[in-house]
Amino acid sequence: MNIVVLVKQVPDSGAERNLRSDDKTVDRASASNVINEMDEYAIEEALKIKEAHGGEVTVLTMGPVSATESIRKALSMGPDKAVHVQDDALHGSCALGTSKVLAAALGTLGADLVISGAESTDGRVQVMPQMLAERLGIAALTGARKLTVDGSSLTVERQTEDGVEVVTASTPAIVSVWDTINEPRYPSFKGIMQAKSKPLTVLSLADLGISADEVGFAGATTTVVDANKRPPRQGGRRVEDSGEGGVALVEFLASEKFV
Amino acid sequence: MSDVLVVVEHAGGAAKKVTLEMLTLARDLGTPAAVVFGAPGTAAALSDKLGEYGAAKVYVAESDDIAGHLVAPKAAVLARLITTAQPSAVLLGSTQEGKEIAARVAVKLDNGVLTDVLSLDADGTATQAIFAGTTIVKSQVTRGLPLATVRPNSLTPTPSPVTPAVETIDATVDDSAKLVKVVERRTEQKGSRPELTEASIVVSGGRGVGSADNFKLVEEFADLLGAAVGASRAATDSGFYPHQFQVGQTGKTVSPQLYIALGISGAIQHRAGMQTSKTIVAVNKDSEAPIFELADFGVVGDLFKVVPQAAEEVRKRR
Repeated sequence: MNIVVLVKQVPDSGAERNLRSDDKTVDRASASNVINEMDEYAIEEALKIKEAHGGEVTVLTMGPVSATESIRKALSMGPDKAVHVQDDALHGSCALGTSKVLAAALGTLGADLVISGAESTDGRVQVMPQMLAERLGIAALTGARKLTVDGSSLTVERQTEDGVEVVTASTPAIVSVWDTINEPRYPSFKGIMQAKSKPLTVLSLADLGISADEVGFAGATTTVVDANKRPPRQGGRRVEDSGEGGVALVEFLASEKFV
Repeated sequence: MSDVLVVVEHAGGAAKKVTLEMLTLARDLGTPAAVVFGAPGTAAALSDKLGEYGAAKVYVAESDDIAGHLVAPKAAVLARLITTAQPSAVLLGSTQEGKEIAARVAVKLDNGVLTDVLSLDADGTATQAIFAGTTIVKSQVTRGLPLATVRPNSLTPTPSPVTPAVETIDATVDDSAKLVKVVERRTEQKGSRPELTEASIVVSGGRGVGSADNFKLVEEFADLLGAAVGASRAATDSGFYPHQFQVGQTGKTVSPQLYIALGISGAIQHRAGMQTSKTIVAVNKDSEAPIFELADFGVVGDLFKVVPQAAEEVRKRR
């Protein structure tokens, strides 16, 4: 099975994150940039399917030159090769523009199965799998906590707001996964060494037949008009429990009219 | 005034709270027109409630294809309705399903989409809280109409009764929208507890709760306050509580009036999901726990002593 895993480089969600003051895009320069955590689960799932059914795993990333580091890290877990769509004109792309580019790149790769994280920790927008499915005319099985592959038939178990759904579709398809699906492996030393020499193809917009005015700021369908840091929360009153902590807590709740 | 389409979120024959919030928001933007998707017979139970919150129209799209497949049929019908009804804005819930329908509609109509919107002004400017609520952003759709998903619990729903005109719309879709079949749907019993993202009070437990068994203490205190129960990632990863109740960067984002954190240290991962709560209360035995930096009121102590005492005190005051 030919599997493509979508990998996005994001600012570390465990550290302070900012928008750039000039163009209101994610400030990558001041951030510690890492693989989007949920994508590691997507990589793991792809590798498990390859191990069980054979095939090839390709990492696909759209991002600036600096994303190369995350691509190599992804490859060190075990995928065979990577494609990096990289073009200065992509800066400022909205979700729709991004989906146009990724769909075009997927078109060149002929994947049977595309796997992505359910969301990225920076935008948390959750729209990409459905946008890609819509553009490519393939099935989207989203929010998987379990994926079963049987030939060309896919079965996904997904948590919903109201319970659990089991859904099925045939390949080609895109599956997005939550962190409940598996436990990602750590790259081995051998994996890290091999990652350095695995094929990494860089594609430009021209390679994909997309013109610069369709993407980036020029083609964006949404805009950020203003962004402000919210003042950090201030801690309030704190009491040591010396036998009356529970009562003090309820007194506070009562003073705020919660009880 | 032109129509503002509101895609109805419902479960078990009742409109979800986010639907009533969206109708309330839509009244400030134009004339609310609700869109109900579901199996045949779904809308009948919902129309009165939608009218109570100001839906002048209820568009009904019912079919087994809609109920039996993931979001693609809903997106196909909604895109068609947008084209014919020419609304001034379209609102969906910022839930997984709402975002996914919006995603497909955005592609079909080449229309920008904004997610996790807290409010939307009449001029189409949306407010969003990003990076775990640390940055407030004003944004706009610059191609097409304002297509936005609204985060649950962002505003207080208020009634404004009208008698809605109910209109059945064509719900047929072609095979390209039927690629993903739902073969099984198991509704989980939540009992009488409110839904996590909609609750006005959330009581969450963390690693400090210690075991699945001990989570009963969290549940009992939540029930006493009419609250939803949440859990930190440490607690769900340890198997103390089911994953779908996880609050945090990789779980649910909640923004209740009151958030009570029991035995939760307050790692950034957790804060990302709860720090926009109006009031935060924490109980933790570690006085250095970062959760106290956010808490409006904190008790440094053993939650197994503090919580039962607090429960007793609540009962006493009734």
